[in-house]
Amino acid sequence: MSKDIVEMIVDNVLQGRRNKDDEGIEDGVVGQPGVAELVEEALETGIEPDRILLKGLSRGMELVGAKYESGEYFIPDMLTAAEAVEAGMKVMEPHLTGQGDNGGKGKIVLATVEKDLHDIGKNLVAIMLKGAGFSVIDLGIDVPAARIVEVAEDEDAQIIGLSALLNTTMKNMEEVVTQLEQKGLRNRVKVLIGGAPTSGDFARQIGADSYGKDAFAAIREAEKLLKAGGDS
Amino acid sequence: MSDRGVNVPNPYNRLSKEQVELIDKTSLELLQHPGILCYHEESVDLFEKTGAIIKKTKEGEHDAWWVSIPPGAVKEALETAPSKIFLGARNPENRVILDAENTRVYFGTGSETNYWLEVEPETYISRESKDERVFPVMKKKRGSLELLCQSAHLAEQFENLDFFIRNVNVQDDDISTENKDVNVFFASLNHLTKPVIGGVADIGQLKEVVKMAEIIAGGRDQLRKNPVVAFITSVIKSPLQVVAETSEKLIAIARLGLPVVISTSPQGGSTAPIDDVGMIAQVNAEALAGITINQLANPGAPVIYGAVPVRARMDDLHDMYGVPEFCHYTMACAQMARYYKVPCYSTAGVGDAKVPGIQATMEKMLTHTMVPLSAPGLIHYSFGLLDKTQTFCPEQALLDNHQIGMIKFLQRESNVNSDTVENVKKVVEEVMHSPYRMYARYARGMLRRGEIFSGFPFEGELEDQDQTLLLAHERIKEMGKTVQKHLPEETCRRIFDAVPGLLPRLNPYGEVK
Ligand code: B12
Repeated sequence: MSKDIVEMIVDNVLQGRRNKDDEGIEDGVVGQPGVAELVEEALETGIEPDRILLKGLSRGMELVGAKYESGEYFIPDMLTAAEAVEAGMKVMEPHLTGQGDNGGKGKIVLATVEKDLHDIGKNLVAIMLKGAGFSVIDLGIDVPAARIVEVAEDEDAQIIGLSALLNTTMKNMEEVVTQLEQKGLRNRVKVLIGGAPTSGDFARQIGADSYGKDAFAAIREAEKLLKAGGDS
Repeated sequence: MSDRGVNVPNPYNRLSKEQVELIDKTSLELLQHPGILCYHEESVDLFEKTGAIIKKTKEGEHDAWWVSIPPGAVKEALETAPSKIFLGARNPENRVILDAENTRVYFGTGSETNYWLEVEPETYISRESKDERVFPVMKKKRGSLELLCQSAHLAEQFENLDFFIRNVNVQDDDISTENKDVNVFFASLNHLTKPVIGGVADIGQLKEVVKMAEIIAGGRDQLRKNPVVAFITSVIKSPLQVVAETSEKLIAIARLGLPVVISTSPQGGSTAPIDDVGMIAQVNAEALAGITINQLANPGAPVIYGAVPVRARMDDLHDMYGVPEFCHYTMACAQMARYYKVPCYSTAGVGDAKVPGIQATMEKMLTHTMVPLSAPGLIHYSFGLLDKTQTFCPEQALLDNHQIGMIKFLQRESNVNSDTVENVKKVVEEVMHSPYRMYARYARGMLRRGEIFSGFPFEGELEDQDQTLLLAHERIKEMGKTVQKHLPEETCRRIFDAVPGLLPRLNPYGEVK
């Protein structure tokens, strides 16, 4: 019985259904429970949160990724699925804290740097990271370096993700790295950057740890950074 | 009911109603004065019965007649000419329904090109960096029966191609005027389940081609109901001259009751005035003269108003297709045909450019976009034509297929209505209160229903080189390997038994004794 609910979570991630009001890819599913309701039900029936996370939400997102790779799914499908995972994570949250491991892959503070208002790409990155199981604290746009560093410290985040779309604002990424150093946090927090004018070279130049060219690269790079810094 | 072609919901009318009437009046006057110069005695006899004033003359060695056609004769022909015509097909789902009172547009091939231009990838080494690079190199061949078969096989597979006019001029050693028609029609019909239209080189072979078509359609009456072949005749030699040989073919086809296109192709600047009014008045008069001969020979016979007005290049007097005037002329003709309630045959997509590339794309996009807006019915010359119709390139045809897909999509009607706006309000409300204010979720339904146009299918991955032709070439190679839609073996056997002159190598089931 319980196996069915976890499988239904997978199906609903594939359909991108956050809750019972959402449409799916196939017709006629409105009204049936979505990911949020199913996760709730699964927790009530006593299924371990780990299992829901790994065999339900993460598994669903893996399948979505495979469908994208094979050309069956497109970005709207990915985003929609990621939103469904996020809805499930919200329900899971109270059950994950206090278990030692936060259940997710790691914590990322994400922001568009100061004086920059572009956020479509950053949002895509945020949604996809959440869908991939990261815990994302999104500070929004036009965020000063001091604020980014402060939140990273308070939240004990492993990664800071920075986005900039302007030649003029990408320089502000360097300021984040500098402040991390000044506060003695540089060893604890990795810096991942992205946005059209940035590059791997630019990342090295400003002393950031990594660069991701799109949302998929963001997930890959974040995972790599966590592995590399895992034992520090 | 076939869903081929595309409906153009609101055709663009370049000419006002008054201008249309003025052209009509002027064309009829031109047909009276100076009238037409007719080289075909039987046509002259037909005109004479309508009260036309005839004056015999001599043009060099040839007998000719000045014919002043009374407007009433033309109007009567337009009355008897049907406004609805079917072009049949081996697969009935591929039939083309031409209705002059309707605005559906169909795209097809055309022009017997002398050259076949092929893409061949070649590796080059840079003198400076010593890097290797693959570039598409163009190779030119003379047309042959084999290449015509290849072209027909591709045409069957292009999803946006609605009818086939053979586009390769076969120049094999064993092809002559005496056996060309049967072989080229067979080559086309044996690879296509879509309508086939074509000219006949030799009137002697017309009955053999029709015999072949009757075997395919399943009998004499079946062919009239499902005309798997239709014909094109260029009766007019601009300006305003009626050619003997083609008039004879036109009359014969009219009496067979099979669909025929009257195609006239004056060149603005040489064989017609170059300005809008002059060109349109003359080309319209020429089309009307052809329709009148056809209807006098057999009232009610299916006939199509074919106008291919082109503009002259000012440096060498070659035809020019990728220019705004071409659109002006052509769109006006479509309007005239609709005014007369006679189905129309039109033209778009010819590249004046010699090879695929930027020039070809600009020229093609201009006419492919503009001409259909006038809802002309049949649009030929649409696939793969370059060098002002002298060259056919399969890779270009594949690119054109995609371009026509865009053009067809462009005709979709807007979904604004009182129900949809209600939904919009709901969606905007929802998105405004969602975390990232993104509409991606709401694009999925349309994506799944195929309502979002797919991107350019030949986009390469290199950052510093256009790979379109190389990728198109790969696709063409794959398409060449798919199963050919040959006629059934029994049908082929019957055709080879009944029709003289067919080359045994065209029989897909092996040479018959
Ligand atoms: C949309 C847009 C806007 C919108 C922004 C709306 C919004 N909600 O974001 C508006 C209209 C507000 C805007 C304003 C301006 N814009 Co603007 N804008 C764009 C545009 C057209 C698209 C950007 C976009 O959303 N792309 C789509 C997303 C999906 O791609 P992306 O952002 O690159 O993100 C992907 C990757 O880069 C990466 N990524 C992004 N962030 C991160 C972060 C991490 C950690 C990682 C790993 C990866 C990653 O993953 C993403 C997903 O794949 C670009 C042109 C362009 N082609 O980029 C110009 C562009 C960025 N804008 C430009 C300019 C100049 C401006 C203005 C200054 C214009 C003006 N004169 O007012 C203002 C600046 C406002 C400001 N202070 O920021 C220029 C910048 C030139 C430059 N290099 O400096 C551009 C390039 C246009 C141009 N060619 O001139 N803009």
